Amino acid sequence: MAIFSKLFSKIRGGSTSPSDWAEIEEALIAADLGAKSAAEIIEIAKKSKGDEIDSAITQSLSSWLSAKDRTLASNSDRTTTVMIVGVNGTGKTTSTAKLVSYLKMQNKSVLLAAADTFRAAAVEQLQTWGDRLGVEVITGPANGDPASVAFDAATKAKLDSTNYLIIDTAGRLHTKSDLMDELGKVRRVVEKVLPIDEVLLVVDATTGQNGIVQAKVFMESVAITGLILTKMDGSAKGGIALAIERETGTPIKFLGTGEGADDLAPFDAEGYLNGLFH
Amino acid sequence: MFESLSAKFQGAFASLRSKGRLKSDDIDEIALEIRAALLDSDVALSVVDSFIGELKSRTASVLDDLNKSTNPANAVFEIVNSLLTEILGGSARRIRLAKKPPTVILLTGLQGAGKTSLAGKLAKYLKDQGNTPLLVASDLQRPNAVTQLQVVGESIGVPVFAPEPGNGVGDPVKVAKNGLSFAQDKLHNIVIVDTAGRLGVDAELMAQAKKIRDAINPDEVLYVVDAMVGQDAVRTAQAFQEGVGFDAVVLTKLDGDARGGAALSITQVTGKPIMFAATGEKVSDFDLFHPDRMASRILGLGDIQTLAEQAKGAFDSDTAAKLETKFASGEDFTLDDFLSQLEAMKKMGSMTKLLGMLPGANSGAMKKQLEQFDEGELVKTQSIVQSMTPLERHDPKVLNGSRRSRIAKGSGRQVSDVNSLVERFTQAQKVMKQMRTGKGGIAMPPGLPNMPNLPKSPSAQLVNKKKSRSGNPAKRALES
Repeated sequence: MAIFSKLFSKIRGGSTSPSDWAEIEEALIAADLGAKSAAEIIEIAKKSKGDEIDSAITQSLSSWLSAKDRTLASNSDRTTTVMIVGVNGTGKTTSTAKLVSYLKMQNKSVLLAAADTFRAAAVEQLQTWGDRLGVEVITGPANGDPASVAFDAATKAKLDSTNYLIIDTAGRLHTKSDLMDELGKVRRVVEKVLPIDEVLLVVDATTGQNGIVQAKVFMESVAITGLILTKMDGSAKGGIALAIERETGTPIKFLGTGEGADDLAPFDAEGYLNGLFH
Repeated sequence: MFESLSAKFQGAFASLRSKGRLKSDDIDEIALEIRAALLDSDVALSVVDSFIGELKSRTASVLDDLNKSTNPANAVFEIVNSLLTEILGGSARRIRLAKKPPTVILLTGLQGAGKTSLAGKLAKYLKDQGNTPLLVASDLQRPNAVTQLQVVGESIGVPVFAPEPGNGVGDPVKVAKNGLSFAQDKLHNIVIVDTAGRLGVDAELMAQAKKIRDAINPDEVLYVVDAMVGQDAVRTAQAFQEGVGFDAVVLTKLDGDARGGAALSITQVTGKPIMFAATGEKVSDFDLFHPDRMASRILGLGDIQTLAEQAKGAFDSDTAAKLETKFASGEDFTLDDFLSQLEAMKKMGSMTKLLGMLPGANSGAMKKQLEQFDEGELVKTQSIVQSMTPLERHDPKVLNGSRRSRIAKGSGRQVSDVNSLVERFTQAQKVMKQMRTGKGGIAMPPGLPNMPNLPKSPSAQLVNKKKSRSGNPAKRALES
């Protein structure tokens, strides 16, 4: 896996000059890996010989990847419940639709819970997807309690023995403690009916260093189990997700690559790492 | 949330000072601290490097003054801050209204930046100023983007031109064009056109955006960008600049704790001003952009000035009276006072409705600023102070290692948290002393890091001359 081969062919076979190191460090920073981490990697790489620098760096980055399971949770004997969470505008509802499409292709039955009761027309947006994909959407009154929508949906999913329940929630900034508490409540209320198998944090590929604290706070409030890294079809390549994996051990499970229901790809480490340094 | 960059400076300068006279090389060490802080704030690498270059030359030219100064760290800090503020606010201007109405405003940006929410906020803002805006639903791509705009429009009493249902149906160029005609027909003096989010790398959609633009010839094209965006900020902004062109920028989601370095990157690289700041999900969470506040945010100091505004009116008359008495008697400001001020601030967070009833407070702005306040930080500080004995609260000088360790354990925090609190409190005490003696004009709620660059509050000079109306020094300083 020669990540830097495109950029740093001059490194091989010769001594690496300070400006070469600066260039490598810049590439790491430009990928949103963070200045501190970039410096760390350079230190490690400097201890390697010329033609091994590339693999030293690759190895460092790979070591940051979570060792956890990257497949979507599944149960054969009961409903698998997935919560979709994240800050505003990351693509939670669109990702929910993509998961539906993904699961339907595997012949799984899916029920949706429109637990974003706050944002204007959020429920309608999910209902549009429900109509397009042929799945039912459980809703509640506007500005109502999201936990009760989730509860109703969980009750129905259990009753109908639906394979998957996906709960779409409102975007919320991690700095809003009351909203984070609300999310925790949604989780607890659902767990009265069904266990929560997966809490996926949706992260926008363009996100900078703030992504780390986002993940940490969501981890604390609602115990995230995986990431969906969205908008990977843009110029940003989601380097912050690697930093999140390192800091929290949360694995990227899916990549969002467009606005369509089929624009979802399972995570591939090599492709992802290579893409960071284009 | 409030890292002490100035403390890092103090540290760096302390070690430099011991070497004797400062040379321009010594500034390089400081520059490294600043570089790290800016990168942590997501300022684009290229922009950081050019900023540091400019900073070094400015600092080098005042090296003599720095060597004479009693607090060179603060002086350099001020140079950094004013340079930042200059770049952020240099091209600042108000929204341009067309000589011949309607004024056409086109919103563009990546998916999820907050364009549709912003459309509502901008419409309300302009409506409150006596205009007759029309919202045009030209995002025909994202499911129910049209519905969303209609719901928002209804909530603020602004009509929405939405001939197409969207969801993939309809031609956005046509809708925009017809929206303009409709506005002219119905004599709306402002047209705000919402468009679909699109990637800078999507040539087809960028071409479409250009077409929309050409069809309506906007007076202002606003590029809407999320404050948490990282190193990609420049690349994407340039793509939009080249693809559709924009006149000004709107920064959204500033109610989070993202430092917002993208603001610096985008203004520096495109030369376009940041016109507005969106600070929440409510339609009223909208403000003019304040470059000085953004500067302190990027430097990791939070939005001190906004918090200072918050402090005005945050204290109930009881607490205020108690502090007044304390001040009059010359008693020292203690950790207990500090705690009660924090508690007052915490109360602010959950009493947004009552705030509207506080006299003299710009409650609209305050409500929004409150949500910016990180309640977690507050709770943390409270728990530490509550684990202290009355003696420790009264006289923090007794806080040796074993006491700090006990306090950390008792409150479930780290010793470093205790240290950081004591440092902040000590600074707060200094501020209080300064306020009492009329020296210094740094008007901010104690408990927050000392910021040397805030404009001197004129009323600080009046403290000795006039009888103060409030026991809260921050409030007093703001009363004028």
